[in-house]
Amino acid sequence: MIGIPELSLVALVGTSGSGKSTFAARHFGPFEVVSSDYCRGLVADDENDQSATKDAFELLGAIVAKRLSRGRLTVVDATNVGREGRKQILDLARAHDVLPVAIVLDVPVAVALERNAGRADRDFGAHVVRRQHDQLRRSLRGLEREGFRTVHVLSGVEEIDTAQVVREKLRNDLRDRHGPFDVIGDVHGCLPELTTLLGRLGYAITRDERGPVDAAHPDGRTAVFVGDLVDRGPDSPGVLRLVMGMSAAGHALAVSGNHEAKLVRALRGRQVQVSHGLETTLEQLAAVPDDERRAVLDWCDGLLAHLVLDDGRLVVAHAGLKEEYHGRASGRVRSFALYGDTTGETDEFGLPVRYPWAQDYRGRATVLYGHTPTPEPEWVNNTMCLDTGAVFGGRLTALRYPEREIVQVDAEQVWYEPARPFPAVADVRADDDLAITDVLGSRVVETAHHGRITVRAEQAAGALEVMSRFALHPRWLPYLPPTMAPVATSPRPDFLEHPDEAFAAFAAVDVPRVICEEKHMGSRAVVLVCADASVAARRFGGEPGRTGAVYTRTGRAFLDDDLTEQLLARVRAAAAPVFAELGTDWLLLDAELLPWSLKADPLLRTQYAAVGAAARLALPAALSALGTAAARGLDVADLTARTAVRREDADAYSAAYRRYRWDTDGLDGVQLAVFQVLAAEGSTFHDRDHLWHLAIADRLVAADPELFRTTGRVVVDTADPAEAVEWWTTLTAAGGEGMVVKPVTNLTRTRRGLVQPGLKVRGREYLRIIYGPDYTVPENLVRLKDRHIGLKRSLALREYALGLESLERLARAEPLWRIHEPVFAVLAMESDPVDPRL
Amino acid sequence: MLLTVTSTAADATDLGFLLHKHPDRVQRFELPVGVAHVFYPEATAERCTVALLLEVDPVALVRGRAASQDQYVNDRPYAASSLLAVALGKVFSTARKGRCALRPDLEGVALPLTVRVPAVPCADGPELVERLFAPLGWDVAARTAPLDPEVPQWGDAPYVDLALVGTLTLADALTHLYVLLPVLDDTKHYWVGPDEVDKLLRAGGDWLAEHPERELITRRYLAHQRAYVDDASTRLDGPATEPAAQPAPRVSLARVRRDAVATALRDVGAHRVVDLGCGEGALLRDLVTDPAFTELVGIDVAARELDRAGRWLERLSDQQRARVTLRQSSATYRDPAIAGFDALVLMEVVEHLDPDRLPALEATVFAHARPHAVVVTTPNAEYNVLYERLQPGGMRHPDHRFEWTRGEFAAWASGVGERHGYAVELRDVGEPDEALGAPTQLAILTEVAR
Repeated sequence: MIGIPELSLVALVGTSGSGKSTFAARHFGPFEVVSSDYCRGLVADDENDQSATKDAFELLGAIVAKRLSRGRLTVVDATNVGREGRKQILDLARAHDVLPVAIVLDVPVAVALERNAGRADRDFGAHVVRRQHDQLRRSLRGLEREGFRTVHVLSGVEEIDTAQVVREKLRNDLRDRHGPFDVIGDVHGCLPELTTLLGRLGYAITRDERGPVDAAHPDGRTAVFVGDLVDRGPDSPGVLRLVMGMSAAGHALAVSGNHEAKLVRALRGRQVQVSHGLETTLEQLAAVPDDERRAVLDWCDGLLAHLVLDDGRLVVAHAGLKEEYHGRASGRVRSFALYGDTTGETDEFGLPVRYPWAQDYRGRATVLYGHTPTPEPEWVNNTMCLDTGAVFGGRLTALRYPEREIVQVDAEQVWYEPARPFPAVADVRADDDLAITDVLGSRVVETAHHGRITVRAEQAAGALEVMSRFALHPRWLPYLPPTMAPVATSPRPDFLEHPDEAFAAFAAVDVPRVICEEKHMGSRAVVLVCADASVAARRFGGEPGRTGAVYTRTGRAFLDDDLTEQLLARVRAAAAPVFAELGTDWLLLDAELLPWSLKADPLLRTQYAAVGAAARLALPAALSALGTAAARGLDVADLTARTAVRREDADAYSAAYRRYRWDTDGLDGVQLAVFQVLAAEGSTFHDRDHLWHLAIADRLVAADPELFRTTGRVVVDTADPAEAVEWWTTLTAAGGEGMVVKPVTNLTRTRRGLVQPGLKVRGREYLRIIYGPDYTVPENLVRLKDRHIGLKRSLALREYALGLESLERLARAEPLWRIHEPVFAVLAMESDPVDPRL
Repeated sequence: MLLTVTSTAADATDLGFLLHKHPDRVQRFELPVGVAHVFYPEATAERCTVALLLEVDPVALVRGRAASQDQYVNDRPYAASSLLAVALGKVFSTARKGRCALRPDLEGVALPLTVRVPAVPCADGPELVERLFAPLGWDVAARTAPLDPEVPQWGDAPYVDLALVGTLTLADALTHLYVLLPVLDDTKHYWVGPDEVDKLLRAGGDWLAEHPERELITRRYLAHQRAYVDDASTRLDGPATEPAAQPAPRVSLARVRRDAVATALRDVGAHRVVDLGCGEGALLRDLVTDPAFTELVGIDVAARELDRAGRWLERLSDQQRARVTLRQSSATYRDPAIAGFDALVLMEVVEHLDPDRLPALEATVFAHARPHAVVVTTPNAEYNVLYERLQPGGMRHPDHRFEWTRGEFAAWASGVGERHGYAVELRDVGEPDEALGAPTQLAILTEVAR
């Protein structure tokens, strides 16, 4: 019976003909085994080409490295009788922090020679096998010293043939423990605070005459200690007694802290510097019976440096742990977990300067740790330090998992004077540091509603400048609105877009009821409004005095800071009841900001108005020349008719754009048409129907009718939409932009997947601005109808899913890089070349 | 778009002979640019007017291979542009050459002419129309019109209704329009190649050389392509005589700035340098010639700038190229790949970021990349009053989000230095004004050993 760790690098060691490949095939999966012969074949078309050995082993190394970095058990099928070959394996294991295992297949030379003789491709002489066998013999003793954690020697054919391989879980692998947990920060001998905290967490404490010996939670919760139970505080033995009791009863787990590690060495009589509170513990332990001290030593010695819990979603380590080290085992993993990463420098108090590993952390697992006293526990990239300096007069902190609730107990007194003043001044928030690797390159964003969405490298490259130089700071941009697909092209002779196709499209995917919402021809605006500046600073980390943001589809601010704050103040005042009702201190709203000219005035002037002006100069002159020519009997009737239509079209075109501009002065003339509540603290609302959203919008209008604008709407069955068609026709005939048709229930999935969140149906007159004054001329319209909506639709759906993803991550208070990822992806998608008229 | 030419000569209908178009017929010409119609609204012995009306297909204009415009809705169907010039050249080609086989007596005769083009683009104001046509013997009337009569605050439209009156040959009149309409429009609908120079010289051979706006005409006609413009100038001037004494070339501020940055880099003993915001790589090009700079990394946020930088990189020797790396990244995102260099340059970069993104740049550069030295240059806002073309309070580039006074820059630099452990040295770049300082300010921030 051979036990090997589930994640390890196994070296098979044996001469040519010892049966390694047969053994490997019997005990391991086909991809788990990487054979040097096979690699020779890959690089040289010949498994026995000895001249390819160097390249083959380089390739082997590359394959092994990839597998190990992905956490896959790997077996190296090579003779490995030479020290140099084994060194490559040991180096690979060390580089990936997995345990190296050697399985030696020791067969008599005669057997090996006989087997080789039976194989036509192995024509090397007997001396080769003999030499390998000699090397193997010489190596056997030193394998463990070389660095193999476990060495299994199978001697003889029979032992090899009957061997069983058993895979053993790593001790830190507690992925099958799902909690719920109460993770408790550094206790440092503070027994009174610990018992109070456990009480507050709901644990029932069992005591004997000397003090508490166990604590159990009625709901079966498990306490998890992040280490540093001992030193400095008033009763380290008492804390150990309680925690060891809980641990033995299955009520608690613990990882080792650096103080436990040092205590173990001290109790073993090793030379250690008795300082930093160790002196207190040793003094206290001197008073306990020998067998108890022995038990303390054994228990502390048995503590692991980190634990992986809850299907890998939770990692507990005393000083934290970077993602590559989760579930791995090596000296440096243990050292990181116990002592953290340091920059090698020391601060003015002589303490090591710690490298802020959490800032770089991009892992999915929540990491809970202690070690560095901080005044307030704070989430940094899904990690939290729970050491709040109980022993220094701070607090003892627990985090309920998965609830993520913090429970704290104040220290009863300052038990120990810290080397560095505590509480230290809080550092600047560091978690909104975004790395270029968070956004550039080809990436896949996992979305809850539309699966994995790929962002190509060139799409990301296209968005980087906009995001870096034109958008607001990413902390103010938790969401970018998706593009919206137009309805399928209408078959009617005089329409490019008509509502019929929208109802048909939704009916076809079994959406029975839709809401038609008026489009205002404003600019799409996202409004992030906080209850006050302190909420904004805490939740979004903004600059002092700012309470939110109002931004465009590409993340640009609409207004200067001052006007933005004025607008936010009005929104805040109107939305006060909504804040209360939703139990939130911030809101994210989806809206249109009017007039369009507020943002688009330069475009209106240089692009749209200029076309109208040129037409007003050219066409009357042409008509007058044609009129004179006709008067003298020339046949210019057709040309005159066409030119007259052009002139009317040009006037209609000017009339169309004029509807979307008006003068504003400060906020005078500015209007906001809110149509959706995107998110609030802890919640998103895409599962609430659109009537709920519009009801909130209507309340804003009622509260401040000057600023807020009502969105007209009609709800119809897709089977009977006549009322809505009529409504759209009236709306657009009066110059309205058009409408968006949405499933009334909001987020909708069918068997075929996610349904378009809305289809826009734009008015016939409005479309002149998009397709040109003369687009309605039949010969033009018929050609313009040849448009391709497929890509736009697919883009709209992907951007919709990315938008929902960023909202859900925001509501869950995930780290900024996680929220920014789908937001940036939306902008990246927009760098795709799609017909902008759609 | 429309153009009319009226003759009030005796026997005015002779215009028909010159144009090779009968005054009583309406003619239609299918051209690549659209359909041209030629007709005569007036044709009496006293007064004869020909009209050229070009119908442009607005759908074809923005479709497929013919798509020449980046905007889907544009003024091309109405405004007199290179499209009209091409139509005029095609439909009246013989007339433009001044030939009249049927009536050779009419060739070369100056006629009292009135030309009208109702929508001539002139974004530079009606004065330019005057400057272009008046030297050629025209009385120019350029009537402006409101951009939108219902929005008076928008002011005038970038078009004029143009009337030219003069006594010229028809051939000259047509040639003037053929050359100058595209010049006024300043955008060509087709690809400008080397044969365009020949076309220009053929059309303008006898008047362009002496035209006071010759430089503007050649530049715009040749779509601002430097090589073609130079070619045309040389050919217009004829074989070079004694080379004129060249005035000492004024050294551009950009040149002075790059030299100052290179000096600063040498002063701090940098060998491995990151140029953050390298743009097209002008600084890298300078630095790569000095082997003391062993590793140069050009970073820019815009992929298209890096593409341009990459083009000259390909022309370097293998040895030089091996020392330069280009990489897309951003000053507002932390980037491990730029950590640990001797020096990092922020040449005219900070002013292109909104002030609220500066802390992110500061973190990227001074907290994460942590080079031994950082060289920053930025405009000195105080100096701006010395630039005549700058509006009071205006900035030197439309994308500048701010421009700092010397005090503001010094305060920023010393703040950064204090927060991150860098010593600050400030330098002038360019000839300083006694009261206002130098045009560009430079700071060297050097890491203080901890």
